Amino acid sequence: MADYTSGDIIISVRDVAIGFGERLVIDGLDLDVHAGEVLGVVGGSGTGKSVLTRCIIGLVPKRRGKITVFDQDLDTLSRAEHKAIERRWGVLFQHGALFSSLTVKQNIQVPLREYLKLSEPLMDEIARLKIAMVGLRPDAADKFPSELSGGMIKRAALARALALDPEIVFLDEPTSGLDPIGAEEFDTLIRTLRDTLGLTVYMVTHDLDSLARICDRIAALAEGKVIATGTMEDMLRHPHPWLKKYFGGERARAARVKA
Amino acid sequence: MPEAQLASKVDGSRLTVALGGAWTAETAGDMEPRVASLIAQGGSPQSVLLDFTAVQRLDTLGGTLVRGIEMAFGARGIPVQRAGLSQAAAAIYAEIADGLAEPAPPPAKPKPVIVQGLDKIGEQMVEAGRDLVALVSFFGEVVAAIGSIFTGVGRFRLAAVVNQLDHVAFRAVPIMALITFLIGGIIAQQGIFFFRDFGADTYVVDLVSILTLREIGVLIVSIMVAGRTGSAFTAEIGSMKMREEIDALRVMGLNPVEVLVLPRLMALVIGLPILTFIGNISAITGGAMVAQFYGQIPIDIFFTRMQEEVSQRHIWVGLIKAPFMALIIGLVACIEGMRVKGSAESLGQQTTASVVKAIFLVIVLDGLFAIFFASLGY
Repeated sequence: MADYTSGDIIISVRDVAIGFGERLVIDGLDLDVHAGEVLGVVGGSGTGKSVLTRCIIGLVPKRRGKITVFDQDLDTLSRAEHKAIERRWGVLFQHGALFSSLTVKQNIQVPLREYLKLSEPLMDEIARLKIAMVGLRPDAADKFPSELSGGMIKRAALARALALDPEIVFLDEPTSGLDPIGAEEFDTLIRTLRDTLGLTVYMVTHDLDSLARICDRIAALAEGKVIATGTMEDMLRHPHPWLKKYFGGERARAARVKA
Repeated sequence: MPEAQLASKVDGSRLTVALGGAWTAETAGDMEPRVASLIAQGGSPQSVLLDFTAVQRLDTLGGTLVRGIEMAFGARGIPVQRAGLSQAAAAIYAEIADGLAEPAPPPAKPKPVIVQGLDKIGEQMVEAGRDLVALVSFFGEVVAAIGSIFTGVGRFRLAAVVNQLDHVAFRAVPIMALITFLIGGIIAQQGIFFFRDFGADTYVVDLVSILTLREIGVLIVSIMVAGRTGSAFTAEIGSMKMREEIDALRVMGLNPVEVLVLPRLMALVIGLPILTFIGNISAITGGAMVAQFYGQIPIDIFFTRMQEEVSQRHIWVGLIKAPFMALIIGLVACIEGMRVKGSAESLGQQTTASVVKAIFLVIVLDGLFAIFFASLGY
């Protein structure tokens, strides 16, 4: 339901460099994210997948380059404009990052309270809906994060990320730490939500099953750049040695059989 | 800024609700009162038609709002129909209806205020009892851990003790010296100010030295240590508990009490008397300074009088209390640390509890010692 029709470029990253101290983790990286797609970002440990994600959402400063989201250059925005953009994306952190002193329901209502003026009953209704949408049981609403299992935390965190009906969701390793059944359910959930809500999904993942099952496109990071983008088939045909190793390994073959 | 429209029209016995524009998170706040007034003023038509034809965008927040209209009229037994939904809007609407199909669980009934009050008092009494039991049982564990060192089952961790001693005592010296110096000075100033009326200026020496040595030195230092070190112990052990590090120690066959608690307790028991001694010297120095510059009592006279009036037992009365204070502070801090649960809030609560309880117990213990020494006539 976004203003962007499927296929428009919704996030564009151009010649971006990010570094810590002397070392540049990311150097001259270009990446496009199309509206309505599920983009999987892969790369070895330490290649800067998370850093790139955190840079796009504004948690890590960049050394140079340009990032535009919804056709707006993030560097030139005022605080208010930046806030307005932040409303249009949701982030699922790797470990959920639920506020531990709030219940699941209160966690989901944090962005609602912060940005909208809604009555209590309506907010309860919305929280109840989000909880149902991510496949949690209704009684999870009044539980604290410490009382939830890993999979439930991820779902609750996704519900919070979806609270304001964002157009883009960033998922940082959404299936890590879940059992294969839980991971598969989570993949299906993301796909369903993408289809019904018209979301654009930017997903950092190591899970080959997820990549094969739900990603429309894959972007592979190495040497501080995106070395390849394309479908799973493109990745498999790519001559780069790291990709060959990554997608040609034992685990990848097993994932392909399943897919 | 996107806008939403809402118009209603009575058409014979049918109420037509025409929706338009963007029914999204941005507009939900503005539209909610209008939806509420529509529901309130809708009366009781034969049927209701929700016309979505002019809706450009619908998301789950706007959809939930619209569904509220449907549910409100439905509850009055009025049939509601939908028309003009686009495919995407229909999918979202179906998702909402599906998600909210199950009725909300009824909210828990609040108890009467009196019962709540009694409940709270009861809970706190039980809690206080449990605290006492926990203190005793934890002390037992500590004694057992000390025993295990002598029997060779456990190990004495000298490096850890020295490391803790550095944190607990050595790095605390400047702040303790400064604070006791100031307190000594303040006592002296007050003493001189009031004794002067009786021409008994020199009694300030007795006041400062005896008060400091017997009570103030150890009390101030203990309270400072409870705030400075006790809170650190609770936070350290608590965050280790949160991240399952304590469990990791257990499964490796290490006793957390022996590894974490004993070195800290020992460092405190050794460190606190040393700090108290330093604090005593510093407070008396502070008193002497003030006596010199404010009360015109020369330093040599101050110390001569102090030698005449203060016997060694005053020093021992103060110092003997220090290890007991240390034990109380350390035990309370470690117990509270072990009680931390998963959340950041719980870590904050236990750290606060640790400091408050430790200071309270330090003062109670000091009172008990005062009674004890008074009845001994010491």
